Amino acid sequence: MWRDDLRGIFYIALKDMRAYYLKPPNISWGILFPGALILAFAIRTPGDLRVLAPGLVTMTALFSATSMEAIVITFERRTGALERLMLAPITLPAMLAGKVLGGVLFGLAISAVVLVGVTAGFGLAAWRLAPAFLALLLSTAAFSALGALVSVAVREVFEAQTLANLLRFPMIFLCGVFVPLSRLPAVLQVLARALPLTYAVEAVEAALLGTPGWPMAFDLAVLAGFTALLFALAAVILRRRLD
Amino acid sequence: MPAIETENLTKTYGSLIAVDHISFEVRTGEVFALLGPNGAGKTTTIRMLTGLTRPTAGDARVLGFDLRRDLPRIKKHIGVVPERSNLYDELSAFDNLVFAMQLYGVPRRERGARADELLRRFRLEGKRDVPFARLSRGMRRALTLAAALVHRPRLLFLDEPTVGLDVVSAHGLRALIERLRGEGVTIFLTTHYLEEAERLADRVALLVQGHIVALDTVEGLKARVRRGSTVEVHLVGAAGEERLCFHGEDTEAALRLALAHAEAEGKQVVTINTLQPTLEEAFIELTGLSAEVMLAEKGSSNVA
Repeated sequence: MWRDDLRGIFYIALKDMRAYYLKPPNISWGILFPGALILAFAIRTPGDLRVLAPGLVTMTALFSATSMEAIVITFERRTGALERLMLAPITLPAMLAGKVLGGVLFGLAISAVVLVGVTAGFGLAAWRLAPAFLALLLSTAAFSALGALVSVAVREVFEAQTLANLLRFPMIFLCGVFVPLSRLPAVLQVLARALPLTYAVEAVEAALLGTPGWPMAFDLAVLAGFTALLFALAAVILRRRLD
Repeated sequence: MPAIETENLTKTYGSLIAVDHISFEVRTGEVFALLGPNGAGKTTTIRMLTGLTRPTAGDARVLGFDLRRDLPRIKKHIGVVPERSNLYDELSAFDNLVFAMQLYGVPRRERGARADELLRRFRLEGKRDVPFARLSRGMRRALTLAAALVHRPRLLFLDEPTVGLDVVSAHGLRALIERLRGEGVTIFLTTHYLEEAERLADRVALLVQGHIVALDTVEGLKARVRRGSTVEVHLVGAAGEERLCFHGEDTEAALRLALAHAEAEGKQVVTINTLQPTLEEAFIELTGLSAEVMLAEKGSSNVA
């Protein structure tokens, strides 16, 4: 049975990549968005933009991993196509994992392009790419699971987009993408600690600008925990919706 | 071993009882039709038997496997054509079939040839690379059926297979269903078209408000309402011609009445037909509903 599940996860992710993710607008938007932000910051506050690199890379991962993920499941539930996957000889968690893997692969691919770009552009050491990639892997997993949760929690595609933005934009403000956590009021710092983007930014920051070590390992473990929690919640809600 | 056995299968949604303690058996190799109006619980029954929704109560075995414990094994051997043709709009006809094969573990080396074979069989070879979204409704239905057959299932569920199809497409689809039966595939179909059930099914279960009110062969159901016999006679005389029906305790009695009438009126009998009760009459009598109820919500029949 686990073989059927693994095969299902792989082919569902592959199909989603072909059917939804690898469309020119998705790819170009995913890369142009952080590029435009870097340019805007460079013009407004010229100087050392390297401090922005972790936030920009992580924000790219957040948007690319959740943008389609938050829509795909809702869309397929509306068209009835999700039932096709449910009828296949795989378990519900495997079907959901295939969906999440699609978001991870796309988020990882887009954010890796931005990661390589900022590493080269800001003159960062090439060895930092490896730990940063690891941090992005765990980050996109948590973000994609978040997208899946949003997707199963609503009934309409527009509701998915609204709910996803309702979560993403406050996270960008709270989680240290542009403003360091230490500058936020204590209450907001506590709130930030309950959000996965905070740990993603910290992990990528440690990989790109700091010293990858135990603090980064802790961030990665928290991201893995978020992934498991969000995924489990999405699976339970989806099961209830289908019943 | 029966293809399907259910015992008190029940599904409730809050206070609504969609399917109420239904028990039936589908024999291997037969075409079994679940006939009933909208909201009778037909789709819910299929959704439970295919694992899309969990029964609230009761048990079922599909192909000998327990529905609650062995669902992945059941899914390997069943094909399902839902009421809505639900393949992927973005993928071509060929890619949709290949994706279905990937999910069912059809070996890579067989996929291309099998997809082309199915496209030929369903007369879709000319639409091989056309996205699903750009196919006609009949073609989408045919491709959805093809996708349900990629793994050569032993049991095929068809939920309202011809709804929304034009007469020609519906006729073609029925011919395919008959061919599948000939190949030994057990078919469980739901329909609200009386003529479709009559034409295709070996046995029919009448489902009304979640209950099975009758289950028998088509002839068996008709026999339940057969009270006496009716003959239709075509009479010709000096005053003109007429067609009349005569009802008697049996065919002989009905004929005696017809001939007596002809003699009394001085007319000649041109033709005599014995009239069999229709499934529609059986349905009306056994369910207490009118046949129009079946058509009212989904448009007129497309049975040619």
